[in-house]
Amino acid sequence: MTHIPTDSAPDIPAAKVASSSAPLQLSEEHHLCPGCGHPVAWRLLLEVISELELERRAIGVVGHGCYTNIVRLADVDFLQCLHGRAPAVATGVKRVQPQAAVFTLQGDGDMASEGLQEVLHAAGRGERITCIMLNNGVFGDTGGQMTAATVVGQRTKTSLDGRDPASHGHPIPVADLVARLPGSVYVARGAVNNAGSIARTKRYLRRAFELQMEGAGFGLVEVLTMCPTGWFVATPEGPDYLEDRFEPTFPVGELKTA
Amino acid sequence: MATALMQGSDAVAEACVAAGCRFFAGYPMLPFTDLLESMSRRLPEVGGTCINVESEIEGVNMVLGAAAAGARAATGSCGQGIALMQEAIAEAALNEVPFVVFNMARGQQDYFQCTRGGGWGDYRTITLAPKDVGEAVEHTQLLFHLADQYRAPVILYGDYLVAHTYMSVDVSPRQYGPLPPKDWALDGSRGGTGKSRQIWTWAMGKANDPGPGPDAHWRRLAEKFDSIAGQEMRHESYLADDAEYLVVSFGTAGPFVDYVVDELRAEGMRIGSFRPISLWPFPERALAAAASAARKVLVYEVNAGQMIDDVRLSIAGRCPVQFIGGVSIDGSGMRQGDLLEVGSIRQRVLAAVRQEDER
Ligand SMILES: Cc1ncc(C[n+]2csc(CCOP(=O)(O)OP(=O)(O)O)c2C)c(N)n1
Ligand code: SF4
Ligand SMILES: [Mg+2]
Repeated sequence: MTHIPTDSAPDIPAAKVASSSAPLQLSEEHHLCPGCGHPVAWRLLLEVISELELERRAIGVVGHGCYTNIVRLADVDFLQCLHGRAPAVATGVKRVQPQAAVFTLQGDGDMASEGLQEVLHAAGRGERITCIMLNNGVFGDTGGQMTAATVVGQRTKTSLDGRDPASHGHPIPVADLVARLPGSVYVARGAVNNAGSIARTKRYLRRAFELQMEGAGFGLVEVLTMCPTGWFVATPEGPDYLEDRFEPTFPVGELKTA
Repeated sequence: MATALMQGSDAVAEACVAAGCRFFAGYPMLPFTDLLESMSRRLPEVGGTCINVESEIEGVNMVLGAAAAGARAATGSCGQGIALMQEAIAEAALNEVPFVVFNMARGQQDYFQCTRGGGWGDYRTITLAPKDVGEAVEHTQLLFHLADQYRAPVILYGDYLVAHTYMSVDVSPRQYGPLPPKDWALDGSRGGTGKSRQIWTWAMGKANDPGPGPDAHWRRLAEKFDSIAGQEMRHESYLADDAEYLVVSFGTAGPFVDYVVDELRAEGMRIGSFRPISLWPFPERALAAAASAARKVLVYEVNAGQMIDDVRLSIAGRCPVQFIGGVSIDGSGMRQGDLLEVGSIRQRVLAAVRQEDER
């Protein structure tokens, strides 16, 4: 299995990059939609765990969404938990296994809608965990309904004419809220819609894990991911739609660094 | 045996420590609050962690995480707080994560939510209801053992009297025999070996090692709870063998009932009592046997009639079952009212007996 880094230009042809496996991967296949951004984020996560040599101490707590299937596909200890509760569960794990690299993997429905209090309280307590939110602005898994992170104007199955602040309210920028809390030490928002953003997002993830292992405090990385199915756009349009529609509301970059 | 005079909540906290509990998370709610305060004092002294959480939902999910990572862990609350925890209690039953829930209830109105569960799925929760602080200490240690033995969340149903009464108790560690190794607990150590672990209600397994999936997993769990039901029934019966009248009660109501039984026996009445110690599994066969000479079974519980369903299922029509309890809350709303009192129990028993004699 060739291991190819994604934070620098490949020194072997791009076709080989596409055909090579991520580390810690138990299957060459996933069943997510073509053009879905989640598998790219999975791969970055697994590369970071592997490159920081955390594979024998990583424990993931995963919520409910299309990304949940990572618990089948990755060779990492996982607890698949209740919708929204991952930061609380991860707190319990980390407090009794302080040497472990404990992370959550959640969506915007999971973290911004169902479980907002969990992530805010975990950040407030300064838990030494890394929370990762894959934000596609929609409940992908249940077929494309509006979440607390759906952007204004976005069409979903429960906002057919586009999210209208007058009746649907405004999206919640989770990373911004968490950055405001003194208990967080690292907060960043990345994306996976082009090679540059993928490389930057990987650096964010790496930094968050490094700070966790140094015992510094709570880290959050929000990752904007494509959901062409839930956005009702053609697969190739996903990356541009992300940039045009999501980045104005959810600007990418580091919000807080230690 | 070293005994010490302790308040119930402190005694239960000591029993937790003796049982090896090293993680506790709770949100204040009377009369559970004292246990949370005791644990927050005691656990750091033994290298454990107690978190005064921001909600019961977070508390129980933290405990699920700590227990999934191999620690003996517990949470608690009462009434509405336990109701908030039900989703996670059900989840832990279905993904087989063992921990103890202390329901230091305000009264006896939590019988249904302890024994039926408020969560989703085919699961049950072992629930022990101590009659006093001494039993609470014993049950606490036993419950940690049973949780690990069956890999399931379990409940101690205490109340205001258990939480606040002072009693001389022995809190030294008790042995309940060997337990299976916690080789399922997550520690991350098997990552990258092809044998990484997974805790998942749907039990799908890993791509290289598929699990049974929800159908087979949930059927196995249903069988597990059936087998627990067969093995873990506990009860106490008192002067039941020749009793024409058998009074059934649970928890701290038991000693009040027994006092009345003693009084009426001294006056010549053939009366006895029966107390389920495990509310689930309810000791059905033992109750049927205890009631074999009974003309009537009287059910005394301080609520509108919850345990009476289990009594009726156990008696299965062999004799009349009459409810002599009722809703009774004191002015503060925090504990049982004056129905939990020897005089009123005696009055209600005598009224029921008179009715039977007049028939
Ligand atoms: C308590 C609860 N409510 C609702 C659901 C149904 N549900 C499963 S996945 C999901 C959507 C998750 O959305 P998100 O976290 O954004 O993940 P995505 O699929 O978009 O990646 C929902 C609502 C559930 N599993 N549990
Ligand atoms: S619905 Fe959206 S998030 Fe789910 S797999 Fe398809 S593209 Fe990905
Ligand atoms: Mg989503």
